[in-house]
Amino acid sequence: MVEIGHFALVLALALSLVQSIVPIVGSRANDPRLMAVARPVALATFAFISIAFLVLTWAYVVSDFSVRNVWENSHSLKPMLFKVTGTWGNHEGSMLLWVLILSLFSALVAVFSRNLPDALRANALAVQGWIASAFLAFILATSNPFTRLVPAPFEGQDLNPILQDIGLAVHPPMLYLGYVGFSVSFSFAIAALIDGRIDAAWARWVRPWTLVAWIFLTGGIAMGSYWAYYELGWGGFWFWDPVENASFMPWLAGTALLHSALVMEKRSALKIWTVLLSILTFSLSLLGTFLVRSGVLTSVHAFATDPTRGVFILAILTLFVGGSLALFAFRAPSLTAGGIFQPISREGALVLNNLFLTTAAATVLIGTLYPLLVEALSADKISVGAPFFNLTFGPLMIPLLALVPFGPLLAWKRGDLYAAAQRLAWALGGAILATMIVMIFVDRTMLFAALGIGLAVWLVLGAITDIALRSGIGKVSFAAMGRRFIGLPRSAHGTAIAHLGLGVALLGIVATTAFQSEHITTMKPGDTAEIAGRSLRFDRLTPFKGPNYTEDQAFFTWIADGRELATLTSAKRLYPSRGMPTTEAGILTRGFSQAYVALGDPTDDGGIVVRIWWKPFVTMIWLGPVLMMIGGTLSISDRRFRIGAPARRRPSAMPQPAE
Amino acid sequence: MRQWIAAVLILIGLVMPALAVRPDEVLGDPELEARARVISAELRCLVCQNQSIDDSDADLARDLRLIVRERLTAGDSNTAVLDYVVARYGEFVLLKPRFSARTALLWGAPLLILFAGGLVLVFSRRTTHAASPDLSAEEQSRLDAILRDR
Repeated sequence: MVEIGHFALVLALALSLVQSIVPIVGSRANDPRLMAVARPVALATFAFISIAFLVLTWAYVVSDFSVRNVWENSHSLKPMLFKVTGTWGNHEGSMLLWVLILSLFSALVAVFSRNLPDALRANALAVQGWIASAFLAFILATSNPFTRLVPAPFEGQDLNPILQDIGLAVHPPMLYLGYVGFSVSFSFAIAALIDGRIDAAWARWVRPWTLVAWIFLTGGIAMGSYWAYYELGWGGFWFWDPVENASFMPWLAGTALLHSALVMEKRSALKIWTVLLSILTFSLSLLGTFLVRSGVLTSVHAFATDPTRGVFILAILTLFVGGSLALFAFRAPSLTAGGIFQPISREGALVLNNLFLTTAAATVLIGTLYPLLVEALSADKISVGAPFFNLTFGPLMIPLLALVPFGPLLAWKRGDLYAAAQRLAWALGGAILATMIVMIFVDRTMLFAALGIGLAVWLVLGAITDIALRSGIGKVSFAAMGRRFIGLPRSAHGTAIAHLGLGVALLGIVATTAFQSEHITTMKPGDTAEIAGRSLRFDRLTPFKGPNYTEDQAFFTWIADGRELATLTSAKRLYPSRGMPTTEAGILTRGFSQAYVALGDPTDDGGIVVRIWWKPFVTMIWLGPVLMMIGGTLSISDRRFRIGAPARRRPSAMPQPAE
Repeated sequence: MRQWIAAVLILIGLVMPALAVRPDEVLGDPELEARARVISAELRCLVCQNQSIDDSDADLARDLRLIVRERLTAGDSNTAVLDYVVARYGEFVLLKPRFSARTALLWGAPLLILFAGGLVLVFSRRTTHAASPDLSAEEQSRLDAILRDR
């Protein structure tokens, strides 16, 4: 049974090699029959990798411990959900998921590319084939999930307990859909470079794929952040951990790509930059895969002790990043520059957006890799952690966020900054008002926090202003405004909602970071602790036995204004098969805010250490990304993507007029 | 052997239920305690992966937290406390590396990149402008001819 999966994987590699070579030979020789090979082969590769993946999942479901991977990461008593999700909760399985998603995207490109020029489609699918071949070879050579164990053990070693969680069930697939989704824009960029032709129609084909990847990456990052928040038990939502940075860098570059592709699609400008950004975004995805999968992050030396996997991915990384950049350098000069625009214009605003986002991505990149660089070049070790990133990344975001509301209000080509500022006057008034309210009524000492809240309100009101102006506020009647609002292109709604989400997320981040209260104390049953004007009563501590763990559950009652409003349960859990304790934080949501209770060690006199937080507006941190995802989805459903891209314009001999 | 111990410690640091600061550590003076928390957030837990001593439950992190509080109670300034810890544990303990010849590139990178990007923008704008001057008389007449045809 398991050998079927193994065999399917080998076949998938063979098919990927065909997909890598035949279509591109066809496009060079201008042979439609060879180019036509790409689509069926892409679909077949997807089918075979799916078979391999299903077989591995099946081995987990039936707890087939004769498979080494299952034995290492599963246990017969594990709940069924975690048996299934455990398939990708380990190195080999997650790499298989990676190529599964890659082949899924290739298959989707094959299906949804009927109106693409044959050569572009054939080349793009061939590039997808290169990536798939490299990673399939990597899996088969160094990380085979189908290796057998003889004799088969009776019981497995269980999955790392902190990974036995519904958050993990969804987090990696979403993250990979994002990471790997950027391979499509990469493949299209390489295909265009091979072809030597690129125009606005290209941007229109690529943009929906970029959006899909971006939506999933946004969701994956937000979900990972929420998972760390409730599962790790110390109430943080972002740690600037290298693994987090590995997913954040492609997000920053991908966000820049979304915006530059917009300029290219609408105005045919920034072509070369957009192609470069497509390459860079996927390169950062590959780099993230390398950083997380090679073990290089723990230490350069840890990497050197078992180098096979790391060196293999490093070779893939070098090949693809180096190769694509070389191709870019070779071809870029032959690409023609597009439309011209004034610095004060929608294009200008989007260029500024790109400048700040790429600088931010580069800052995160350098901060993440610098300790490795220092360690490699000298014997010393340095640390680059959260305080560094807060100090450098923060200041880069402030001007960017402050400029966001202006962008959508400026006209293409030549904008009027003064008019845009006038229209934003009430949003600015609202932001100043919010800042003053925080200063006067919440905390007079926290000027920066108050300004942060003001900036968040500015973003929210700016997004509302944008959509209200497009609906014709002040120009038409209220009923007509409603009709206009509904009739607006979906991408206009998408932009406003995504920018609104940005403001909401910022509000959550600033409010939680600056105004959370924390209380650390020892409690016995019946004790009451005060936090942020509310109180929490510790009722009792009871043991509980789950399917594959035991835990001590502590029950609390949340009291505000003298009334018992809710109960909450916090627990310390022990997974005997790995002897690992975990914290199951008790979380109580009131409005947008949350009370967060984590248990510590018991004390000698029968009490237990309890850490309580009141986190105002904390849920907005993840509500914001949800809004961004909704905005992105609305944008994809825009009519111009559904009706398909227009036929490619013939390259004209004359210089293009500036329209 | 030492590597094994380190590996085990890293695992413990990762999986211990993280309840970092314990009630018996908290200083009586809220102002001093607040300073202690700020300093703790800048110090790395040496046996954990990318965790500050403020977040970590490892014993070594607790020892460091106690040292920080001890020094603060003795009347040290924040920088003096950091100096004290760095003198014993090396630069590695700082999550925010100090500015030096070795870290100049790290700290300078954001501004450098932003500045370089800005320069590229200015120059690329100049070149596009130079490359596309106003229409010449001949081009203008051709354009007029095209427009007349429509």
